[in-house]
Amino acid sequence: MNSVTIRALLVRGMLAGLAAGVLALVVAFLLGEPQVDAAIAFEEAHSHEHEMEVVSRGLQSTAGLATGVLVYGVALGGIAALAFCFALGRIGRFGARATAVLLSGAALLAVYLVPFLKYPANPPSVGDPDTIGTRTTLYFLMMLLSVLLAVAATILGRRLAPKLGNWNATVAAAAAFVVAVGLAYAFLPAVNEVPADFSATLLWQFRLSAIAIQLVLWTAFGLVFGHLAERVLPARQEAAATERAAAAAS
Amino acid sequence: MAQTIAPPATGAVTPAPLPLKALAPWALFFGVLMLVLLYFIGAEQGATSLLSGTDVHEWVHDGRHLLGFPCH
Repeated sequence: MNSVTIRALLVRGMLAGLAAGVLALVVAFLLGEPQVDAAIAFEEAHSHEHEMEVVSRGLQSTAGLATGVLVYGVALGGIAALAFCFALGRIGRFGARATAVLLSGAALLAVYLVPFLKYPANPPSVGDPDTIGTRTTLYFLMMLLSVLLAVAATILGRRLAPKLGNWNATVAAAAAFVVAVGLAYAFLPAVNEVPADFSATLLWQFRLSAIAIQLVLWTAFGLVFGHLAERVLPARQEAAATERAAAAAS
Repeated sequence: MAQTIAPPATGAVTPAPLPLKALAPWALFFGVLMLVLLYFIGAEQGATSLLSGTDVHEWVHDGRHLLGFPCH
C-alpha cells in the first residue's frame, strides 16, 4: 500500500519534472539562446584557433538544449518526489499541495540560488578551460553544502517549534541557515575568470535568463506535482481517518 | 463514549507521514539513478570523463551553460 503510493508519487514527480522542463526549455530557448550566441560570437572574435565543430550550433541550441533541460527536469523531479515522500506530514501541518510548493521553493533556493550567488552561471568564453576541474568541484561542493544546510535548518526548525512556536522557530532556523551559508561563502575560494573586455550587459542578461529558467522550472514543478500528489493522497487520508476513528472507538 | 471524540479537524488536511522503511529502497535506487542522469547532463566530459571523446559535452553544451554548470 505504502510502496504503491511512493511509486505513484515518484512517477508523477518525474512527469511533473518533464512538464516543468518543457516550460523551462521554452524560456531557455527564447531568453537564454540569444545570450549564448552573442557570447560565442565574442569568443570567436577573440580566439585565433578555430576548433572543429563536433555538434553544429543548430543542433546544440535545439535538440542538445532540449536533452539537457528535459533530463535535468525529470531527474530533479524524481529526486524532489522522493524528498516529498519524506517531507509529507513531517515538516508541519501542510497538505500535499502546500508541501509540494514549499519543497519546490526550498529546492530552488538550496539547489540553485545559494550555489549561484557564490559560483554564478557563466556564458561561453567566460572561464579558463584549465580550471574546469576546480570549478566543477567547488560548484558541486557548494551545492551539496547548501542542500545539507537546508535539511539541517529544517530539522532545527522542527526541534525549536515546541519551545518557540512555529513562527519564531522558522525565523531562527532561517537565520541559522543564512549564517552557515555566509560562513561557507567566506571560506570557499572565489572564482572570477570573466575576460576584461567581456560585455557586462551580456553577462548580466545571460545570468538573469539562467535564473529565469530555474524560476519557471521550480514554480511549474511545485504547482503541477502538488496537483498530482493531492489526487494520489486523498484515499490515504480517508484510510488514516477511518483508522483513527476505529482506534478511538475501541 | 469515546466515539463522540471526533478526530481533530487538521487530521483531514495533514496527510500521515509515509513510513521510512517503505521509502528507503525507492530513495536509494531511484535517488542514485537520478544523480547519475544529473552527472551526465552536468559534468561528464567536462571535469571528469567516463566516456572518451567530447560528444556528450558538445551535445549538452548549451544546456550546461544555461543550467549553471561549469562547462569548459
